[in-house]
This record gives sequence, C-alpha cells and structure tokens, in this order.
Amino acid sequence: MSALMQRLKDKYRYSIVVFKELVKTDFQLRYQGSFLGVLWSVLKPLMLFAVMYTVFVRFLRFSDGTPTFAISLLCGTCLWSFFSEATTMGMQSIVNRGDLLRKVHFPSYIIVAATTMGSMISLGINLIVVIVFGFFSHAHYTWHVLLVPLNILQLYVLALAISLLMGTLYVYFRDVSHIWDVVLQAMFYAIPVIYPLSMVAHYFPLVSKIMLLNPIAQTIMDVRHNLLSPEDIPTVWTWVGNPYLSLIPYVLSLLLLWLGVYVFRKNSSKFAEVL
Amino acid sequence: MTTVNNPATDMNDDPNEIALSVSHVAKSFRLPTEQASGLKQAFLNWTKGIKGYREQQVLRDISFNVRKGDFFGIVGRNGSGKSTLLKIISGIYIPEKGDVSISGTLVPFIELGVGFNPELTGRENVYLNGALLGFSREQVDAMYDDIVEFAELTDFMDQKLKNYSSGMQVRLAFSVAIKAQGDILVLDEVLAVGDEAFQKKCDNFFKQVKDDPSKTVILVTHSMGAVKKYCNKAILIKDGEIIVSGDPGNVADQYSLENAHDLNYFKTKSESEKAYRFPNGLNPLVPMLQVTPVSPKICDGLSPFVFDVEYEYTPQDKQGYLGLILQDARRGGQVYDIDTQSHYLGVPIESGHHKVRFSIPLDYFNNSEFRIFATVRTESDDPEHPEFVAFTNDDFCCYFAVRNDRNSENGILSDRVLKFEQIEQID
Repeated sequence: MSALMQRLKDKYRYSIVVFKELVKTDFQLRYQGSFLGVLWSVLKPLMLFAVMYTVFVRFLRFSDGTPTFAISLLCGTCLWSFFSEATTMGMQSIVNRGDLLRKVHFPSYIIVAATTMGSMISLGINLIVVIVFGFFSHAHYTWHVLLVPLNILQLYVLALAISLLMGTLYVYFRDVSHIWDVVLQAMFYAIPVIYPLSMVAHYFPLVSKIMLLNPIAQTIMDVRHNLLSPEDIPTVWTWVGNPYLSLIPYVLSLLLLWLGVYVFRKNSSKFAEVL
Repeated sequence: MTTVNNPATDMNDDPNEIALSVSHVAKSFRLPTEQASGLKQAFLNWTKGIKGYREQQVLRDISFNVRKGDFFGIVGRNGSGKSTLLKIISGIYIPEKGDVSISGTLVPFIELGVGFNPELTGRENVYLNGALLGFSREQVDAMYDDIVEFAELTDFMDQKLKNYSSGMQVRLAFSVAIKAQGDILVLDEVLAVGDEAFQKKCDNFFKQVKDDPSKTVILVTHSMGAVKKYCNKAILIKDGEIIVSGDPGNVADQYSLENAHDLNYFKTKSESEKAYRFPNGLNPLVPMLQVTPVSPKICDGLSPFVFDVEYEYTPQDKQGYLGLILQDARRGGQVYDIDTQSHYLGVPIESGHHKVRFSIPLDYFNNSEFRIFATVRTESDDPEHPEFVAFTNDDFCCYFAVRNDRNSENGILSDRVLKFEQIEQID
C-alpha cells in the first residue's frame, strides 16, 4: 500500500509542485496592490448580498416564510460567486497562461485546477463569514454540517468539469467567453438563489422540481440545507421525492467531469501549438 | 559541398551512455489561412468545405544522439526548425512521427525567466520558476544560494522584480537556467546576456561545463564562436533536415557558407589574426579586390557592359583564380555564380597588383538592376576544390541597371533569348 502511494507520489510529484506554486502565486497576486488585500474576499460577497437583500427582501418582499431566508440568500450568493468566478477564470486560464505552455512542458490541467482552486480559497473564507453570520440569523446547525465538505467537493468538481470543457473550447474559439457570460446570467436566474424555491413551487410545482435537477441548483441547495437549517431549507432528496430521479444531478456532475477530462486530455497536447 | 553524415554510425565509437536520443522525428504545422479565429470562421469554412489552414512541414526526418557529457550544438538559419526541434525535445510539442527518449531529467530553457512575474520578489520568482521546471521547494532551497551568488543579486532578492533593471532580470533568469541541477540542460539562444563582466563569467562557466563529464548541454545558437568554443558535437539543420553533423568547426563553417549563399557574403576560412585590419572579405592574401564600372551605370543593354576588376594577389607559390558573380539586385539571388564543384576554376590571375577588363552581353536581360561581385580562390591540396580566400563586399562590388523601352519589367530573361516552345496540343 505504501509502495503504491510512493509510486503515485512520484508520478504526480511534478504536478503537485507546480500546482502548489501556481495556487500560491495566484492568490498572492489576486489582491496585489489593493489597500484592503485579502479582506476583499470577504467584502465582495457581503456587498453583493447587501444589494440583493435590499432589492429582493426589503423592496420586492421575497421570502419563503422561514427566518433563515436572509442567511440562505448570503450563502447562495457566495456559492454562486464561486461558481461563476471559477468557471469564467478556469475557462480563460489556459489561454492566459499560454506563455507558460509554449515554453515549458507540464500537464496543462494543473493550470485549470490551480485557477479554480484559487476561487475555492475565496469560497472557504466566505463560508466562514456565512457560518459566523448564521449564529445571528437563526441558522440551525446540526450534524448535517458534516456533509457540507462533500457538497462543496461536488460543486468544485462541477466547476472544474465545466472549466476543462470550456477552457478547451476557448483555446480554439474565443467566442465561447461571450457565450458563457450569457449562459451564466441565464443560469443565475434559473436557480433559486435570489428567490426562494417555495415561491416557484407555489405556482408551478413541477417546474421547481425540474429546476432542482440542475446539478448547480442541487449543490447550492444541498449546502444550504446541510449547513444552515435542514428543517427550513429543502433540497433535491426532500423535494423531488422519487429517489431515482433525485440521483440525476449527481450523475450529471460525474458525467460532466468525465466529459471534461476526456475532451481536455484529447486536446491538451495541441495547446502549445494552437496558442 | 555539404557532407551528409549518418549521425547514428558517426557517433558509435563514443563510450558514454546516451542521454538523449532523437529518432526519425517529423513535425508539420497547420497554419491558418484566415486571420480570424472564431466560431463564425470555423462554421463558414466547414460549410464551404475549406480546411482553413495549410500544412507546413517544419521537421522532416531528424535523428541524432546526445551522449552524457556532450555539449551539443544545434545551428541553422532562421526558420530552419531548430526551435521546433527543441520544443519537441522538451516535450512541449508532440512529434508526428518518430520518438524522443531521454534518460535523466531534462531542464528546458526555451526562453529565460518563464513565468517570471513582475509583482513578485526575486526570491519568489526563483521558486516559481524552479517549480515550473520541476524542482520542489527543497530542491530550489539547495540551489538558491548558488543562483543568487552567480547572478550577483544578493541584496536585491526581496525586491519586487518590477524594480529590477532589465539587465538584473536577465541575469537572475540566466543564473536559474545554468545553476538548475538537471541532467540535461537545453538552452535556446540565451548566451549574450548581461554586461561584459557577466558574460566573462558565463564564458568561464560554459568552459567548465564543457569539461564536466556529468553535465549534458544542448545549445541552440547563431553564434559560431560559441559553437566552436564550447561544443564538442554539433548539427546543422536546413529546411527541417540535418545537413551536416559531427565536428563543430565543420558545422560552423558550413553554417557560415549557408548564410553566405543568400547574402553574397563569403567568409574566409583562414581567419587570421590580422584579418580585422582589412575590409570585410579581404585579408593579407588579397588586400585589394574591387569591381568598377567602365560603361555607364545605367545602360541601354544594346551593347555589352564593360567593367574592371582591380586586385592585389600576394601568394607567389599558389595559382589564384578570379571568379565572377552576377546578382539580381532587385529580386535577389544569383543570376550567374561560378560553380565551386566544376573543373572550371575561373580566370587565372598573377601575383601582384593588376587590373583586368571584362565585358558581359546584356542582350539576354529585361530591365533590371544587377550587381557584380568578384571572388578569389587559390589552389589547395585538393586540386578540384580550391580554397576561398577573398570576395568583394557590398562596398566594392559594381552596381548597374538596364533600362530600355524594348524590354519588359517582368522576368529577368528577355523573350529574345528564352521562348517556350509548344510541342503539340494534347487535349
């Protein structure tokens, strides 16, 4: 067993070294020269949350009738910010790091993984803020919290899969970035972040169930369900009912990862020439 | 003139183990014919059935071995495929055909300072650069002091790179390159960096490496001085093929000749110490060689063009030969060049200072501009291959132009002398 570990370690030693160094420098450079530095990781989603809270909760009176809606909105905002940032930056990472790929040989998936990992660090900081805020906004922490890392892992896998897929396309067609902007915008409204799922269910029960079969909606709801309040916040297995149907988003995530890795591996040896 | 050796047999007597083996490597690139790279263009090409690119064969069939301890030079003109070959060796490109096998770790420097970021400090950049080349933090720790010391930047390592002068940046990058502890070091065009003192230091370092049997270096350069000084083996690549391999002196000379043929620039083989006192192309054997026009420089082409060649030829014991070259100054390329392979050695010349008058008929040519160059060769040990000793440079050649309304401006040969004859109608 240890021999096998050692062999794996040797094989991926280079990848790990590069990965560590890239994540480190990316993070170091992210807030380089800004006065507040890393604090922006916390401030940005909070400010976004403040805007949304004012518009949707105060003015438009969106609510699911539970006391956790505000903290649920904050949590959803953080998770969505992670997803949109990770996929956008992950998609462009190969092209942005083209100078490296043309001059040294190293596994290019490291670039995508390191870039998305950078967003992951921000998400980690944000979630700490969410947990702290939760104590003041009726969050009900149970043993379900232990499942959150698994949900986050799924979200990361999803973001990585899409980054690999879109990143490959972006090398050949720069149009993809504009298309992806629009898709992200549409997706934002197609998942229950700013509005409660119960609001959709009230008018169109079937639509709300279909919405949850989108793996992004499912992971975001899973995190909220497990982290904040299992009683108040529904998720795919408490909502869709049919256990086979509620498997769909999980299977979709894995399929996407497989497809992303497959497409990326098939094309990555050509990246240095195309760029 | 060019000797083709088989590198595999040529180096078999070497006792050292093979560090890098390149066998039958070929590579071609797809060059996009349309400028835009977008979905629209891809779709349009697809609907029209256009490929949207053309194939360019960059490397044809490259094979060579580098043994442990070699200082291996790769030379060739711009666009000959050197850098592509280096990228294939470094694993950045995948060859279409053939294999590259490497024993040991290979550290490529296609460019100095890969991944250097101006916002990071010198120290952080060394670690980042090291990581990209495959060194863990501990390994870089071990090399770090050496690198900093060689770069002479001890006091600046905690400064951001953007505050470095460009010379300092290059020095740091270069030090990482040569102090990196890999088995095989690949360097592309990175020799002339830093000030004179630093270059001297590099020179010393390379001389040490040359004698160090544990270090293997592959060097791509245009500096024939470097090839002769450091390398123990070299190859010359032209149009994606190895045309000369083996002795670096020989390769360097061939490379100079390759260049000479395009630039009309012949390098004398005997680079004597005093040669620098003479104008380019001349030397103590032939201190003077000049072509001067007698006819007007702009002529109507009806009568032959007359010119003088004035020369001074010092050797008493060896027969010299004068060769004349007619160059198309507008389009480039030789209209006529004395054939170095033939038995005709040129016009025999006598020792001493002389002036000879020549003429060439111009009836063959359309309107064009020409230049006439002269070369001097002497008898050598091989009677069929005389040795180059001198040539006229751009300053001493003779320029003239043909201008006449009866001529066309298009091709160089007039249709008075060259007519295509129709043999029969086939279809």
